[in-house]
Amino acid sequence: MAMEVTQILLNAQAVDGAVRKHAEDNLKQFQEQNLPSFLISLAGELANDEKPVESRRLAGLILKNALDSKEQHKKIEFVQRWLAIDPTFKAQIKALLLRTLSSPSHDARSTASQVIAKVAGIELPHKQWPELIVSLLSNVHQLPAPTRQATLETLGYICEEVSPDVVDQDHVNKILTAVVQGMNSTEQNNDVRLAAIQALYNALGFAQANFSNDMERDYIMRIVCEATLSPEIKIRRAAFECLVAISSTYYEKLAQYIQDIFTITAKAVKEDEEPVALQAIEFWSSICDEEIDILEEYGGEFSGDSEIPCYYFIKQALPFLVPMLLETLLKQEEDQDQDEGAWNIAMAGGTCLGLVARTVGDDIVPLVMPFIQENISKPDWRQREAATYAFGSILEGPSPEKLVPLVNMALSFMLNALANDPNNHVKDTTAWTLGRMFEFLHGSALDTPIINQGNCQQIIAVLLQSMKDVPNVAEKACGALYFLAQGFEDAGSASSPLTPFFQEIVQSLLTVTHREDTGESRLRTAAYEALNEVVRCSNDDTAPMVAQLVSVIMRELHQTLESQNVSSDDRQNELQGLLCGCLQVIIQKLGSSEPTKLHLMQYADQIMSLFLRVFASRSATAHEEAMLAIGALAYATGPEFVKYMQEFYRYLEMGLQNFEDYQVCAITVGVVGDVCRALEEKILPFCDGIMTQLLRDLSSNQLHRSVKPPIFSCFGDIALAIGENFEKYLQFAMPMLQSAAELCAHTNGADDDMTEYTNTLRNGILEAYSGIFQGFKGSPKTQLLMPYAQHVLQFLDSLYMEKDMDDVVTKAAIGVLGDLADTLGSPAGSLIQQSVSSKEFLKECLSSDDHLIKESADWAKVTITRAISY
Amino acid sequence: MAPHDLRRPFKRPLISDQERRRQHSLLRQAQNRLDAQRHARFLASTTFSLSSSQNLEPQPEPEHEQEEPHQKEELDVLEASNLKGDEARKWFAKQLMHPEWMIDIPENLTNDWFVFARPSGKRCFVVSSNGTTISRLRNGSILHRFPSKLPNGARTKEVSSSSSHSYSILDCIFHEDQTYYVIDMVCWRGYSLYDCTSEFRFFWVNSKLAETGACDPPSYYHKYTFSLVPVYSCDQSGLCSAYSAPVSYVKDGLLFYNKHAHYQAGITPLALVWKDENCSQYVMDTDNKGQVPNQQQVVLELQEDGKLATCDDPPMAFGCLDGSFIQQSDLHSGYLLRFAIGEGGLVLADGKLEKADLKYLGKANRARASADSFSKVMFQYNVRHSPLRIDDLLGSVSSPVDQESETCDIEMDG
Repeated sequence: MAMEVTQILLNAQAVDGAVRKHAEDNLKQFQEQNLPSFLISLAGELANDEKPVESRRLAGLILKNALDSKEQHKKIEFVQRWLAIDPTFKAQIKALLLRTLSSPSHDARSTASQVIAKVAGIELPHKQWPELIVSLLSNVHQLPAPTRQATLETLGYICEEVSPDVVDQDHVNKILTAVVQGMNSTEQNNDVRLAAIQALYNALGFAQANFSNDMERDYIMRIVCEATLSPEIKIRRAAFECLVAISSTYYEKLAQYIQDIFTITAKAVKEDEEPVALQAIEFWSSICDEEIDILEEYGGEFSGDSEIPCYYFIKQALPFLVPMLLETLLKQEEDQDQDEGAWNIAMAGGTCLGLVARTVGDDIVPLVMPFIQENISKPDWRQREAATYAFGSILEGPSPEKLVPLVNMALSFMLNALANDPNNHVKDTTAWTLGRMFEFLHGSALDTPIINQGNCQQIIAVLLQSMKDVPNVAEKACGALYFLAQGFEDAGSASSPLTPFFQEIVQSLLTVTHREDTGESRLRTAAYEALNEVVRCSNDDTAPMVAQLVSVIMRELHQTLESQNVSSDDRQNELQGLLCGCLQVIIQKLGSSEPTKLHLMQYADQIMSLFLRVFASRSATAHEEAMLAIGALAYATGPEFVKYMQEFYRYLEMGLQNFEDYQVCAITVGVVGDVCRALEEKILPFCDGIMTQLLRDLSSNQLHRSVKPPIFSCFGDIALAIGENFEKYLQFAMPMLQSAAELCAHTNGADDDMTEYTNTLRNGILEAYSGIFQGFKGSPKTQLLMPYAQHVLQFLDSLYMEKDMDDVVTKAAIGVLGDLADTLGSPAGSLIQQSVSSKEFLKECLSSDDHLIKESADWAKVTITRAISY
Repeated sequence: MAPHDLRRPFKRPLISDQERRRQHSLLRQAQNRLDAQRHARFLASTTFSLSSSQNLEPQPEPEHEQEEPHQKEELDVLEASNLKGDEARKWFAKQLMHPEWMIDIPENLTNDWFVFARPSGKRCFVVSSNGTTISRLRNGSILHRFPSKLPNGARTKEVSSSSSHSYSILDCIFHEDQTYYVIDMVCWRGYSLYDCTSEFRFFWVNSKLAETGACDPPSYYHKYTFSLVPVYSCDQSGLCSAYSAPVSYVKDGLLFYNKHAHYQAGITPLALVWKDENCSQYVMDTDNKGQVPNQQQVVLELQEDGKLATCDDPPMAFGCLDGSFIQQSDLHSGYLLRFAIGEGGLVLADGKLEKADLKYLGKANRARASADSFSKVMFQYNVRHSPLRIDDLLGSVSSPVDQESETCDIEMDG
């Protein structure tokens, strides 16, 4: 049933658009008319060594794309479609694919191995194609090298594609055996060896059992370490990649190898080519990541709660590791700071040094200080930069007691360097280091301030001056100012040392945003970020100046909207996003106190009309920022926001329909909540439309799952705003809540991410119930909720029994219990009395240490007592 | 299987400012939702009329007495918190809940009522907000302005932005030991408790006040301390305890609160005060020299039609002055007048006053804000003739064994 498709496939790549279009239409038609025949034809094309490379390549690509998609809903559809095809046709396709692995064409082999993995990704979880692994393994031993390579690649792709639990241990053992044999130094063919190492990388997740077996683990580790010494650079790099993956997957199994690994990584860092050296450094960064996580879980003391103990590899390696890393700092590239994509050994080494400091704390300081003192004043810029970078790197981790005296000594030196060092690279790093000082050692939480009336003026003067420097230096100066302002956030009113310089700072930042030479750098973004932080941390004294900023930023936004027709580009959209973001921060700041809110309100109409115009642009980021800012404005405006609703509504609806940029959708859902709280019952005329959209969102399988919990919470917001008018939505909303509640009542030992998501979902559902019950309180229509009481109580009971709620969910759950009793009263008394929640759960919450939980529980107790006793 | 990208963030914060803005918004929304929820849970309706509880029934009298500015008629407690100066004084002057005097024993005292020993001293509202605490006497004037550990009652570093404007209002008695004894809670952290039962309010004040540290011993910065009053269920043992158990303050009678009653500005029959010599130094009214006069004295308000009325709502008439006497003595409607009760006494039929033997003494002291209430006059009259005794009260309550256990659900032992 295969058809001749070569010519169509070639035409589909023709230069002539008309020819191409025609061929594409043909392919589409063929696929729609007879999918199995279409797929067999493609597989046949791919397998046929007499066909042109181009048609074979496209055949493979179309085949692959017919099996998988990045879009979740399409992927599910493709899986179902494949499973529904007659097995005899599928057998033909699979046979053709396996045969292609022996093709003399490298291109065809490589494509086939990817397609095989896709088919395996569908079939193995359904216990189909059981002979696949065995038939692949039979390839590995005798056949010519290219086929062995393709087969190993296929095994690697399969491991990447399927989850470990669908491959039985016997097959895992065989795969690993084949792979490790392929890696062995006795394998003469480098391509085969490389494919084997890359396959191991993907297969590591399958090797739990093997890594628990001493002999097998020793063997695997020995082979990997040997491969790091291969004369072939690609093999060495792939071998180090495996070590990095092992360091995070099997951290707890590394103790007996760590010494050897240090030796080989140190050698690679010193002598090997950069791609290999970078992986070697990454190994230690990855170990730091692991130990930081474990130590964080310890909470500072050894509790034994953590599943994995800390082996303190970094602490033990410290005397050797730190000098090795310091040496890398001297290998900077010229102009690395102007290159966004740069990543080199000095950057990797410095990053690793920072991670080491966070892992070991104080211990790193005496090992780094001599290097800094030795190099900080050297004529060679590389030495000065390296010393500064080292200092900046260790500012997070060690205790303030250790660092504050050093920072006090270094501060004026650094300020001088930022102002006067002849080298841009040094200035860049110096500004960054100042930012780190302010970030970690400046703020109300610290006993001894590093910034005082005496040096504050100088610091600001130097930073503002540096904002006129080359873009990369100016960007770091903005970053330093950001943290300088942040540290004064809690300074309390009137006492911020920034107050006298406020106007000057704001002016300088605005000047930076207008610089013509920002090019592709982040300078403009950094300037707005600093401005936002300065506004956030401002106090009553500077409120009038923040108020003046409203019209300034509005004017800027207006200008971008006017000029849009001339040149509509990404930079313009980015700028609109930044301006909306800045306005959002200002609105939130001014809205938080009565007198400044009044000032803000006189601009509300103009601000709103600007935001609405931003929606005309095509940029998701700008939409998102405008939406967030509107939420803040609605909150500040209150019921009067209703006057904007007629116009705003269609953008609200647009946002709720934006499945593709799900962040925009999620933010819009949150803004619906803001608007509900602002308008209260005045939202009613818009509720039909909003509810329809929200219900549609919930039933869609295209929408990212993270948006669903906020949608449930939003039901609660709406119900609370419109009260008993929510009646007409009950018949739709309640069944959705019920089925979602059933799904998330149990976590069933899911992974952490899933448990976290489940708790978010639970919280959303509970917030919906709270809002609905409270919305109906005191209404003659409360009895409409009676039929749902049983289910809600069961949901609460099952949550309690499950014992895996986090604090937020516990608080929401006990609150719902109170809301139910409060609204339904004595008619629900006996139902409530029958629930476990009203007894044990309530009791536990009453004695909770969390005062929010206790408060909700106290309240629930009163409403329950009332419901039961009258 | 291309090599994996190793790059880590370099000289960059891990979280972009946009992400921070997003997180800030989510936090703000979560906080607002929480506020809305709490608002719904505690504050079903805080709007109540300022005028209805104390003023007379609204009568169309347009020709005299310029009307109060109308917009102040309905203020909820949240708005009232923003009032300043004189407006605040006027508002607070009308907000205290005042008990009637107990002239007969309510039914079901045992199950439906709480009892506690009233501390002697100055009745006042204590309001904490915006980093300061203010106490206001019955007439709304300020007694003290001081820092306290009540929520937002003092300037501290850790005032969280979301709640710094929230305020709390306590109903207190300022005692001679420089302690504010809290007898009721009207508002807590911005949430009104007006529409909550006293059962709930007492429960709340018990669980919340101690958490703030306001009950800690006085210190350099916090020179006034707060204290809870032990509140009992009004059964035999509760009543005995309230009556005779030693307390840290000087008692001035017993207060009875109906468990199901909301907080209500003005005089309410759902709170009652009772006194005898054992539990109060001020059973019988004294004149302005501090002496108990031979004859009971009452203060009544002269009405337009010459009637002499109590301050109750609706007012109760005790008699009538004829027009010529009013003219002679240069009296006007609205005046508060002092009378003595003569030999003829008060004659009641079915609980209603039939006749009162009143002797005009003169105008009342200027400090008086209002006439006496009917219950006060009657209580004072009874004290002189046939007082309600503690044994009568004890006789009307059952011992705890008789009761269903559920009324003990909430224990109020301070």
